[in-house]
Amino acid sequence: MLSNMIAIIEDNWLLLLIGQYPNGPLGGIISTLILSVLGIVLAFPLSVLIALARLSRWKLLNWPATALVYIVRGVPLLMLILWVYFLVPLLIGDSVPGFVTMLCTLVIYEGAFLSEIVRGGIIALPTGQMDAARALGHSQFGAMRYVILPQALYNMMPSILSQFVSTIKETTLGYVINVPELTFAASQLNNRLLTKPFEIFAILAIVYFIVCWSLSELANQLEKRIIKQRLGEDQTGMGSLQHGSPQTQGAT
Amino acid sequence: MKGFDLLAVLTHPQFSQMLLSGMKMTLIIALGSWILAMSLGFILLVIRMLPLKAADQAVAAYVSYHRNVPTLVQLMLWYFGIANILPNGLQAWLGEHNGEAIFAIVGLGLCQAAYFSEDLRSGFRSIPPGQDEAARALGHSYLGAMAYVLLPQAFRHALPALINHTVSLFKNSSLAMAIGVAELTHAVKEVENLSFRVFEAYLIATSIYLACSLLLMAIGAWLSRDPATMEAS
Repeated sequence: MLSNMIAIIEDNWLLLLIGQYPNGPLGGIISTLILSVLGIVLAFPLSVLIALARLSRWKLLNWPATALVYIVRGVPLLMLILWVYFLVPLLIGDSVPGFVTMLCTLVIYEGAFLSEIVRGGIIALPTGQMDAARALGHSQFGAMRYVILPQALYNMMPSILSQFVSTIKETTLGYVINVPELTFAASQLNNRLLTKPFEIFAILAIVYFIVCWSLSELANQLEKRIIKQRLGEDQTGMGSLQHGSPQTQGAT
Repeated sequence: MKGFDLLAVLTHPQFSQMLLSGMKMTLIIALGSWILAMSLGFILLVIRMLPLKAADQAVAAYVSYHRNVPTLVQLMLWYFGIANILPNGLQAWLGEHNGEAIFAIVGLGLCQAAYFSEDLRSGFRSIPPGQDEAARALGHSYLGAMAYVLLPQAFRHALPALINHTVSLFKNSSLAMAIGVAELTHAVKEVENLSFRVFEAYLIATSIYLACSLLLMAIGAWLSRDPATMEAS
């Protein structure tokens, strides 16, 4: 079985790496990673806006943002993909490649989940930070921009990294709408070879495991370092930053 | 596109029947895998508490695998891969007894067990060691201390995380569609194909999912309300 798996990798590593590129769309693990990075990078500004809107006292900002977060958290990602798959071409008036559909979905989905992390990070800061910034003459916006957000985002870095791992796992759902990525490449391979499904899907699982496990470990190390750094800050008398527990999110 | 008309889908005998049976399947999968995940989560927790390093490492590896491999890939490995290397007799039996649904329940259950066992473990870790010592000093046996003193507290500490993961388990039941289980998302795709009422079909399914998720979240909030009232009950 192991020799079979090695033979499959030797013959098809290029398909698993980049899909059918350059004869077809870019696929494979490279596509998975590009999709995840773009997803989280584009979702990030959105998530900060949603978090600020949820913390706002204006109901006009607060309510829609809260509703958005609850809806996205309460609906399966697959359902959201189907919605985007159906609505985006309708709005644009033209068909959209699967990659873009998946990217749009990820930005909305991750935006909502990340906003909860950002909000947690802001709430976890001692209120004295805001008071001090205002007392020093910052406006509400300036205090948020120059004092609160930089600290909150720094503290939330490990959680954001774990969210990135979740994003990688979520890109697999693109398989359902034929987005060319790693899972899709493996299933193409399975359709071609037909006789070795166990080996192929085991390889797929191992590849995802290696990528996600390394990143999760990195997040753990980062978290340890940040906690240590903060303890160091305590000794110099800068006061402790209360750390919100890193939010874990279910598997996808 | 036709005009928006929810009733055209809801009152249509065939479509409403499909949606209902899809909903039933979603509930069966969610409930089945929840029960499997919770029992296995407890077993994994107990194994991890044994004073055996190998047992601890084995459970850690189990948890690590299920947390770092996408759930969809786990399901595909079960349905396309593991199903294929089972003995022929078992394969035939599964083929006759809705094997897709069984694999979905097993796959989702085993995956979520990893999350549940970690939730329970961190619940246990948040109990001060004095609790165990005090319970033992008062004459409880090991099991007695566990059942009456430690477990109730651990469970309460773990409750918010358990609820979160229950909601994501429920949402993940939609992944079963990818291996051909006729659950709600699958049924909606079928209704959409037959009726061409995409918007209505999606709206109905989304509302059902959302209502169930919000209900679970509300139950969670109610269960983890003020600890003082819980201690009294």
